[in-house]
Amino acid sequence: MNHLSKKRQSIFMAARCAFPYTIPIFAGFWFLGMTYGIYMNISGFSFVYPMIMSLIIFGGSLEFVAVKMLMSAYAPVQTLIMTLMIQARHLFYGISMLDRFKGMGWKKIYLIFGMCDESFSINYSAQIPENVDKGWFMFFVTLFNHVYWFTGATIGGILGSLVSFNTEGLDFVMTAMFVVIFMEQWLKEKKHYTALAGIGVSAACLLLFGADSFMIPTMVCILCVLTVFRRPIEKAGDIK
Amino acid sequence: MTLVQQMITIGLCVIGTMATRFLPFIVFSSKKPAPGYIQYLGKALPPAIFGMLVVYCLKNVHILSGTHGLPELAAILVVVVLHLLKRQMLLSIAGGTICYMLLIQLGTGYFSP
Repeated sequence: MNHLSKKRQSIFMAARCAFPYTIPIFAGFWFLGMTYGIYMNISGFSFVYPMIMSLIIFGGSLEFVAVKMLMSAYAPVQTLIMTLMIQARHLFYGISMLDRFKGMGWKKIYLIFGMCDESFSINYSAQIPENVDKGWFMFFVTLFNHVYWFTGATIGGILGSLVSFNTEGLDFVMTAMFVVIFMEQWLKEKKHYTALAGIGVSAACLLLFGADSFMIPTMVCILCVLTVFRRPIEKAGDIK
Repeated sequence: MTLVQQMITIGLCVIGTMATRFLPFIVFSSKKPAPGYIQYLGKALPPAIFGMLVVYCLKNVHILSGTHGLPELAAILVVVVLHLLKRQMLLSIAGGTICYMLLIQLGTGYFSP
């Protein structure tokens, strides 16, 4: 009994510790999720579509594209290729999380399933206090994000164009969050080789390939840069 | 599209997404340590990823037309300055976002006829 209540207490503490980190994501996901639900609604889909899709795909940018896919002619091969291209960046997240998800038991499956940009960014960068269970912390970050996205998309799908809110520009909350996480990472390092490579390569590829197709070239170039300059990067000592 | 075709399309989105999320964990199982190169990538990638995500968020900003990306630039500066001064994640994010919303909403009132 005592053991059980102790366990419950530690789970509760992890949830309470995780929640503040997800507040910006709540704002961003409700806004984007509702926009997505409304978009599906006015495209002629029942709210069941955004509800189920937000639950089982849980990947914002792909879900917007999926609306267009559902409205065009049936093209399964193209759908799969598009999906893999849009989502390829998750491969990088997985490689970065190999160590941290070790020994998480059944939670690991859900952590990987729910590893969107935002969950990854928080789970990778958050300074989790010593006395908080890391597995449960990451579990709750992922779960909260998942719930925000799911409820936002469903509400948007139900209300449709009935809602009109002057929240223009609220989506910037996601950009602001990534800027903060980037800075936190930056302030932790002595040299900034890989951070600069990430910004520089992405910006160059964006100019060269355009907004719709720059991510794959960016990923390939980042891999090349990190491989070619492995020695100086490891020497810089930021990588332990 | 029939309902079945819609279900297959959504299913393929799920399968594609999960493939990219699960693949590294399947290839490098936790039973034996990943090769040195992959371990190196796991540590060197994240700073580059966060830089990439910032650019990814800004990909639809046009420097040559519209507001020339000035509201974005101003709001990012607010985030950076606030964060350097206070180092409180929520404050920096809220400050930058409110600044951006004000610029965008007041700005369109000014510039559009």
